[in-house]
Amino acid sequence: MSKLVIPSIGPASSVQDGGRPGAQRYGLTPGGAIDRLALAAANTLVGNDLFTAAVEIGPFGAKFTARGGAVRVALSGAPRNADIAGRAVASDTSMTLADGETLTLGFARGGSFSYLGIEGGVQGEPMFGSLAVNARAGLGSPYPRPLQAGDELQTAPASGAAERRIDLPATSEAPIRIVFGPQDDEFTAETKKLFLDSEWKISATSDRMGYRLEGPFIQHIDGHNIVSDGTVNGSIQIPGNGQPIVLMPDRGTSGGYPKIAAVISADLGRFAQIPAGRAFRFKAISMTEAQAELRKFRELLRTLPDRLRDIESFDLNIEALHDANVAGHAVSAVDAGTWHVASPADILGPD
Amino acid sequence: MAAPLSPPRLLPSGDSAITVEFSRNIDDDANRRVLALDRAMAGAPITGVTETVPTYRSLLVHYDPVQIGFAELGEQLLALAQQPISAAAKTRRWRIPVVYGGEHGIDLEDVAKALDTTPDDIVARHVAGDYRVAMIGFTPGWSYLSGLAPSLQMPRRQNPRLLTPAGTISIGGVQTGVQCLAGPSGWHLLGQTAVRTYQLHREPTFLLEPGDQITFTPVDAKTFKEQDRAAEAGEFVAELVAS
Repeated sequence: MSKLVIPSIGPASSVQDGGRPGAQRYGLTPGGAIDRLALAAANTLVGNDLFTAAVEIGPFGAKFTARGGAVRVALSGAPRNADIAGRAVASDTSMTLADGETLTLGFARGGSFSYLGIEGGVQGEPMFGSLAVNARAGLGSPYPRPLQAGDELQTAPASGAAERRIDLPATSEAPIRIVFGPQDDEFTAETKKLFLDSEWKISATSDRMGYRLEGPFIQHIDGHNIVSDGTVNGSIQIPGNGQPIVLMPDRGTSGGYPKIAAVISADLGRFAQIPAGRAFRFKAISMTEAQAELRKFRELLRTLPDRLRDIESFDLNIEALHDANVAGHAVSAVDAGTWHVASPADILGPD
Repeated sequence: MAAPLSPPRLLPSGDSAITVEFSRNIDDDANRRVLALDRAMAGAPITGVTETVPTYRSLLVHYDPVQIGFAELGEQLLALAQQPISAAAKTRRWRIPVVYGGEHGIDLEDVAKALDTTPDDIVARHVAGDYRVAMIGFTPGWSYLSGLAPSLQMPRRQNPRLLTPAGTISIGGVQTGVQCLAGPSGWHLLGQTAVRTYQLHREPTFLLEPGDQITFTPVDAKTFKEQDRAAEAGEFVAELVAS
C-alpha cells in the first residue's frame, strides 16, 4: 500500500467526492466537490471514475510526499505553481511521485480550488456513501475535518501507466448565469435589474457553505423574513443586510431568507473559482436554456476520457513554466521521467 | 369524491429543483399538504425525481432535468398535490430539557428588552408552548417548530451570526427551533439543550421526525452538564412522553 503524506497544507483543503445526496430531508446537505468539472478532470487523468474522492485544495499551498511506494496523481482546477523536487509540473497533467518525492503546490492564481486526483482513490470508510468532508456534520473520511499537516492518505501503488494530459475547454470569463426564483417576487423589477446590471465581488469571508457577495444593497419589498424553505446548490439568498449569499455544497438544506435566483448547475464550478475580490456579473437565462446548458455540461463530463492526450515533448505546458518563471522560481526542465526538454527557452521560443 | 384542493404554486429553484409552495406563511394546513404530497411521491415515485425535502409550507423536489423537464414534472406535481390528503399518521411527543439564558442563551436579555419584559417572563412564555416539528433542515437535525406564542415573535437578526453553539434553542420570526450542530444562525439565542437531534453511530441517527410534538423543560446549568455527558455517550436525554 502506498500513501501520500501531507507535510503542510493550507486551510480550506479537504477530501471531497461527488457528495452524499439523499438525506436533505433531515438537514444533511449533499456536500461534495465545489468544482465538479475539475474533480472529474483530475480523476480522469489518473483513470478513476469521475467523482472518486480526491483532495480539494484551497487557495493556499500544500505539499504531498509519496511513501511506501510510488503514487500517481494529477492536478486540475485553479492554476498554481507546482513542482516535484524543483522541476515544474503542469496542471491538467498526470504525474508519478516516486517513493519519497514531494509535490509542492503554491497559492492558487486565477481560481480558488484545485483537485489532486489520486490513482486508485483515497482509502476511507464511506458515510452515507461518501468520503466527502462535511466538518459541521462531523462527516468525512479518513478525517472528518479539513486536512492538516501530518495527515496521511492511504492509496493504491502507482500502476506505471503512461502519463497523460487533458484538453479542457478554455476557462470562460462570461457572466455567471442564473435562473430567477423561487422568491424573485420578493424584489421589484428595478431591484432585479440592479442585481443583473451591477458588478459583484466575492467576500473573503466565504466558505464551502456560502459565498458572501459585495455590491449594491439589494432591497426586499416586504423585509427579509420568510418562512424557511428548501435550498439548492447555487441558491442566491438575500439577508437583511442586502448583500447576497450564494449557497455552496455545504449549504444549509433550508433557509429563511428570500432567494432571488439560483446559479445554473453548469456554472457552479466556474462561479466557485472566481477569486475573492475579482469583479463579475450575473446574467439571467430561461429554464429551457439552463437545462440545455446542464445537458451540455453532463456531456462534457461524460466525454472527458476522449479529451485525454499522450504527452509529447512539445506538450510541456508552457503556461506552467512561464508562471513558474514569473513567480521567480528557478525552473529545472531536466527530467528523466516525464519531460524531454532541455530548457524553458526551447519551449518559449525566440520572442 | 372530494373536490380537488387548491393548486400550489410551482417555483423554479435553479435548473434541477422545483419548489411546490402551498403557502407563504406558517400554516398547519399547508404543512399537512406538504407531508401528504411527500408521502404520495414516496408511494409512487416519479421517474427523474431524485430527492424530496419537506418544509413547513412547501415541498422542494430535486430532479434530473435530463430525465424529466420542468413543465412535465410540474404538471404531475400539480395533479398529485390537488388530490385529497390521507389522514395524518400517529404523533410522538417529546420533552426536551433546556438551560435558558447566560452563556447558554446570550440573546435572552436582549429579547426581553425588545419585547419590553423580563428574561424570566420570556422563559415562561417559551416553556408554556406546545410545539410541533414542522420540518428538519438547514443543518443535520435542525428542527423547526411551529406553535411559538405570538408574544415571542420578532424579526430575525439583521446580520446572521457566523457561529452559534450546538444545542442552541432559539426563536426567529414566528418559529422556534432546536439546533443540533454549531453553525451560523440569524435567530435569537434563548438557551441550550444537551439533546442531540442528530448523532452519528447512534440508532436512530436522526431523533426527531416532522410531525413530532415537543415541549421544553427548564433545567439548571449543572443538570445541563450532566445531560450533555449522557448525550455524548449516546443517550437521547429527550424524554419520549407519549407515542
